[in-house]
Amino acid sequence: MLEIRNLSVGYSAAPIFTDLSVTFANGRITGIIGPNGAGKSTMIKGALGLIKTQRGTATFCGQALSKQRGNIAYVEQHNDLDLSFPINVFDFVLSGTYAQLGLFKSPGKREHQRALAALERVNLSAFRNRQIGGLSGGQLQRVFVARAIAQDADLVILDEPFVGIDMHSEQQIMTVLHEWRDAGKTVIVVHHDLNKVSAYFDDLVILNHGLMASGPVAATYTAANIERTFSSDLSALLFTKGGDQYA
Amino acid sequence: MHSIATFIAALSKYDFLQSALITSTMVGIMSGLIGSFIILRGMSLMGDAISHAVLPGVAVAYILGINILIGASVFGILAALIIGFVSTHSKLKNDTAIGVVFSAFYALGFILISLAGSATNLHHILFGNVLAVSNGDMITTVIVLCIAVLFVVIFYKELLISSFDPTFAQTYGLNTQLMHYSLMLVLTLVTVSALQTVGIILVVAMLITPAATAFMWTNRMSTMLTLAAGFGVLASTVGLYLSYTFNWASGPAIVIVAAGMFLISFLLAPKQGLLIKRREAKHA
Repeated sequence: MLEIRNLSVGYSAAPIFTDLSVTFANGRITGIIGPNGAGKSTMIKGALGLIKTQRGTATFCGQALSKQRGNIAYVEQHNDLDLSFPINVFDFVLSGTYAQLGLFKSPGKREHQRALAALERVNLSAFRNRQIGGLSGGQLQRVFVARAIAQDADLVILDEPFVGIDMHSEQQIMTVLHEWRDAGKTVIVVHHDLNKVSAYFDDLVILNHGLMASGPVAATYTAANIERTFSSDLSALLFTKGGDQYA
Repeated sequence: MHSIATFIAALSKYDFLQSALITSTMVGIMSGLIGSFIILRGMSLMGDAISHAVLPGVAVAYILGINILIGASVFGILAALIIGFVSTHSKLKNDTAIGVVFSAFYALGFILISLAGSATNLHHILFGNVLAVSNGDMITTVIVLCIAVLFVVIFYKELLISSFDPTFAQTYGLNTQLMHYSLMLVLTLVTVSALQTVGIILVVAMLITPAATAFMWTNRMSTMLTLAAGFGVLASTVGLYLSYTFNWASGPAIVIVAAGMFLISFLLAPKQGLLIKRREAKHA
């Protein structure tokens, strides 16, 4: 279980959120939704210690996140990644094994096999010698997921993994997420497409400069919560057309 | 052709020329290796800055009579730290911080050198004089080469991932700040060695040009490192030959050769060669 306690980010004059506390269960896929700028990615980065926080703690299975870095796979939005970098698909996925290797050790046979198996899981073995800039958006995202597979972490966090990718890649990534869940991992997905919330997630966390709601999707993905967090227009659009089974 | 034969004959005759060749080769290797990481991290300007910022260190070492490596390292790292401090504690962009800090260090270096009072030395420091390399300089260069090669071999995967995907490296617990400053330290050491062959003003060319040339020929980091070192050696040795034969300053001679190799690669290299692209466009 990932437990975020009293997390505050941003200066007191312009806080992004203050005293945010929320938990994410093992063996569940939890979606995080909220309007643009609501603090979704910020919460994740704050918990991971990638940005400055005013206060708060993040623990995974009772131990501080900062003490178990090797147990976290984080697939961030990679808009600013240098796609001309001289690295091919295989070496990229192989870098997922670095955390467990530690300093001074080079990846050996075992690590190579792990990387190959991970590539196989996302059906990209044939692309292993391709420079990463030569992939489509969907393929690149699957390569990122393959690296997360190679990391073999118990906590997996993906930030907007489905943006700008094809249906086929999206389905394959969902399959991997299900496998992770069934293996008891804690899977967290920052997400913006509200249409797929019920289909994709077990639990849901709704943020808007603070926690709006959290819990099983059936109890949290409601017209009332969407209206409160986003707008009444959006809530009407989402919950009247396809039958208001959750409202 | 005749001049090449003369050069080779001179090589077997003169110790100073042998020392120059060995030193140039070593500097070519180390600057290719470290330069590759500098350009992949988008730190070419930083490389230029650090190479200029060691000047006061060289002067201080000269005045105090201590090893030049120590003086240069202290000032190189100091400059890197101040640049980092200024850009994180102000709203200025990183390149502005670099510009302010390195020009200040460079200016300080000039003043200190004039205090030390040796004009010929300054000329050598600025433009390189590989034909005057002493045995002591050569030993220093051997040490720096060993440090640079060991650094790249031991921390290959850390250098690779912190250059390519620093956020990922950070999430899995790699101290990317420490990697950055370690690289800066090795960079200052390489700068001091390269200073003998190409001089402070042109050190940046030795770091960037062979690495940029190598980048155009490969999609693999390990190949790029090997090629960059190879191009560095080629530029250094051919440049040395030109310097000896035509009595040019060694720095400009080496850098012009490196630039020539870059130009050829820019036109012909498979990855982004201009001519190849033209031809492909025609056939498409």
